Amino acid sequence: MIRPSTILALAFTLIYATAVSAESVVRMAVTTSFHNSGLSDVLVPLIGEDTGIEVQLIVVGTGQALRLGEAGDVDAVLVHSRAAEDKFVAAGFGTHRREIMYNDFVIVGPSTDPAGVLAAEVIETALSGISTSKSVFVSRGDDSGTHKRELSLWSKIGVDVSGSWYRELGSGMGATLNTASAMNAYTLTDRASWLNFGNKRELRIVFEGDPELFNQYVFIPVNPDRHPHVNSDGVRLVEEWLVSAKGQTTIGSYMIDGQTLFVPNAQGNDSSD
Amino acid sequence: MSEFWEGISSAFWLIITLDADLVDITIRSLQVTVTAVVIGAALGIPLAAWLTVNRFRYRRTTVAILNALMGLPPVVVGLIVYLLLSRSGPFGVFGLLFTPTAMIIAQVIIVTPLIASVAHQALRDLWADYHDLLISLNTTRWQRIKTLAWDARRSLLTATLAGFGRAIGEIGAIMIVGGNIDHVTRVLTTAIALETSKGNFALALGLGFILIGMAIAINIAIHWVSGTERRGRW
Repeated sequence: MIRPSTILALAFTLIYATAVSAESVVRMAVTTSFHNSGLSDVLVPLIGEDTGIEVQLIVVGTGQALRLGEAGDVDAVLVHSRAAEDKFVAAGFGTHRREIMYNDFVIVGPSTDPAGVLAAEVIETALSGISTSKSVFVSRGDDSGTHKRELSLWSKIGVDVSGSWYRELGSGMGATLNTASAMNAYTLTDRASWLNFGNKRELRIVFEGDPELFNQYVFIPVNPDRHPHVNSDGVRLVEEWLVSAKGQTTIGSYMIDGQTLFVPNAQGNDSSD
Repeated sequence: MSEFWEGISSAFWLIITLDADLVDITIRSLQVTVTAVVIGAALGIPLAAWLTVNRFRYRRTTVAILNALMGLPPVVVGLIVYLLLSRSGPFGVFGLLFTPTAMIIAQVIIVTPLIASVAHQALRDLWADYHDLLISLNTTRWQRIKTLAWDARRSLLTATLAGFGRAIGEIGAIMIVGGNIDHVTRVLTTAIALETSKGNFALALGLGFILIGMAIAINIAIHWVSGTERRGRW
């Protein structure tokens, strides 16, 4: 007869058989827009080959990524929301911001373009077109970098985002694009996620190219003074790889459908204090 | 509807070619869920038996609470386990967050009340029949539990399979405590959510069919091994 103790012993053997060695692992919280672009699938194996470090990605919004960093549950974060990053570093949760690359946000919407966004020259006209025509706009609503940027754009043109035309989802970039596509609605997305998205249906890019839509991605190591268990050596190697000539070239040459998604812009040295 | 057929064909090709990633996440799904269900059964069934043969003051309340816990929202369990295992939480020093162990812990919490409740229901009905006999034979409490458990073994199997069913399709808790890390904590359900968010509906659906097929296969296999529904026995 099988005794419960035998079963328990077996169960624990199973669990520990799956445990990974933590020596060369770097856990990094990254934004959904970075991951959905597909670039991470290229970078992670290359980092593994060159540095021997296994990068484990936790894919969340910028808000949650920074929370995980604060709690010390990840070793580094890769995010894109300037104000939140500065606060994170100033509070001592991260050691420094290291700029890695940028892309841009675009507004996607129905090809029929009921709000007349296609004719807009600047972002202010584009957004006010949507709000005055009360065309349906879906918002991430998840405190992510994209969401924060969208809110700051609305507040810049003084539009109060409420009413039935404005739908807040509380979802990642992909889920938001799925919803926009199903509702044939407008939404703000980063270019990379859009190009890599498989369910575009009637949607197309209706507005792009305004300097306000610049989207900088930043690498921030979690402060080892606050969380001594973080793998600082591993994080340093990953950071060095990302800003190295090879890392930057790899980022710059990543393309989907012949379009470059990210522009590498790491500086020789960073803004560390 | 075209997505539906693409889903079936993508499931077919993933299985035929024994896609390495598919094998990896399927094995991990099974590892996490089977472990959680085994532990859940090892905790839940003795608890159910103990509740059946013992009479104490707050027994009704305990049973009612146990029944209510069957409906524990997985996402809340996930959040609580996350806060406990986080580096800033009480068990942070063990570094268990974002590992399969964390996923198992969350699933044990989700399935144990379910297994215990269903098992308790079966054992209680049997106890009503056996009560006078077992008392008159002057059996010890342990002998009563063993007799009940053996005679109710098929119902206990059903209880355990119900736990398996809840755990294998669960995503709310394991997404939070596992983090859906490729090759480490990615399982079938989190992979389906990921592919859906990328708009790859065919692949997501294909993985879904594989998940459902696997659950059916395992249930059939267990019934076959344990010989239920045969020789006129129920």
